[in-house]
Amino acid sequence: MIANLAQLAAEETEQNPLLPAGPELLVGTIAFAIVFFFFWKKLLPNINKVLEERRAAIEGGIEEAEAMKVEAQSVLEQYKAQLAEARHEAARLRQEAQEQGAALIAEMRAEGQRQREEIIAAGHAQIEADRKAAAAALRQDVGRLATELAGKLVGESLEDHARQSRVIDRFLDELEEKAEAAR
Amino acid sequence: MSADQTQLAFDWSCRILSDNGCGFPAPGLHSFLFKPLATVGGFEFNKVMLLALITTLLVVAFFWAAFGKAKVVPGKLQMIGEAGYDFVRRSIVYETLGKREGEKWVPLMVSLFFFIWIMNIWSVIPLAQFPVSSVIAFPAVLAAIVWLVWVGLTFKRHGFVGFFKNITGYDKSLGWVLPLVMVIEFFSNLIVRPFTHAVRLFANMFAGHLMLVMFTVASWYLLNSWLIPAAGVSFVMTMFMIVFELFVQAVQAYVFVLLACSYIQGALAEHH
Repeated sequence: MIANLAQLAAEETEQNPLLPAGPELLVGTIAFAIVFFFFWKKLLPNINKVLEERRAAIEGGIEEAEAMKVEAQSVLEQYKAQLAEARHEAARLRQEAQEQGAALIAEMRAEGQRQREEIIAAGHAQIEADRKAAAAALRQDVGRLATELAGKLVGESLEDHARQSRVIDRFLDELEEKAEAAR
Repeated sequence: MSADQTQLAFDWSCRILSDNGCGFPAPGLHSFLFKPLATVGGFEFNKVMLLALITTLLVVAFFWAAFGKAKVVPGKLQMIGEAGYDFVRRSIVYETLGKREGEKWVPLMVSLFFFIWIMNIWSVIPLAQFPVSSVIAFPAVLAAIVWLVWVGLTFKRHGFVGFFKNITGYDKSLGWVLPLVMVIEFFSNLIVRPFTHAVRLFANMFAGHLMLVMFTVASWYLLNSWLIPAAGVSFVMTMFMIVFELFVQAVQAYVFVLLACSYIQGALAEHH
């Protein structure tokens, strides 16, 4: 019984799970060394290079996009400035045109006024001249007629009333004839 | 009751309530021992070593397929590889060491993470069904590598006196307890730390494997007579343990690498 226990105890010591066995240590070291070697020398440098390339590509893309954005922004601002300038210009032109138009209308009105006054003045002067000419002509005619009439009256006897009136009638007829002839 | 016998000659007829009177073939230390598959000049090559080498093959093959001809616009495999690589690089190395100091340590940490993870995953792979990291030699090797790197780096950074100041947590403001603290820190950092680093991984995988084997074996052992429902419960537990182990395997790989990074960070620190 005791011998049995001793044997078991001996076996247990032999099987102590905390005591590493030499061959397994060796195999473990080799197994890990191979993994480490591949990761260290080949695989991780490989993937790091690619990750770096990817990062550069993405960053390059971002930079490009950024540059495009900046350019677009500047172009937009340029357009906006141009548009504002054009609007301003248009407003200025409209204003100018309005002013010019108003000035033109005022000028035209003044001109019309002046012309009208001129025409009116000319009319007045014409009328005045005509009136003067008519008056002169009338005076001349009336004198002459009066002289003629007087001469006739003197030539005839003034006693006879009938005769007198005949003379006058005749004179008037003559006047009418003259007027008709003149027409 | 020799270990090898139990492991290699699983008695399919052994069930509960059966007449042959055999007991429950409970898993134990013997579950972690394997007969050599081949012996080459006294060197005994067993299943665990084979799995370790297949791990190497798988990790290298996968990442070779993913990163061998890496493209700027990645394929599916490369994308998966990149996700894993990026996880270790950013979430573990950069987080603890920073980008500038950390970059140099990325290959070591990436190798550690995937090597450990795949070693752990063997636990639930049919036919393999054994976590390589539940054999102490494998975590021990990795912890030793991290320890050597850490000690070497501390020497390189701080010189001989600086090294001892760094690992003993030398701090004048501690006053009279300083000698005590220095002794404790010296042992804690230089001797206990690599041990716990390895054992943490080993013990998690060891315990996980025991649980899995126990429920798996019990599912078969209980499959008899009126205890069949109990076998069903055991089977459900096996399923649950597989999912849980998948989680633990990833977490332990993560923790191992995270600790390695934090040790290296300690070596890089100006004042410990």
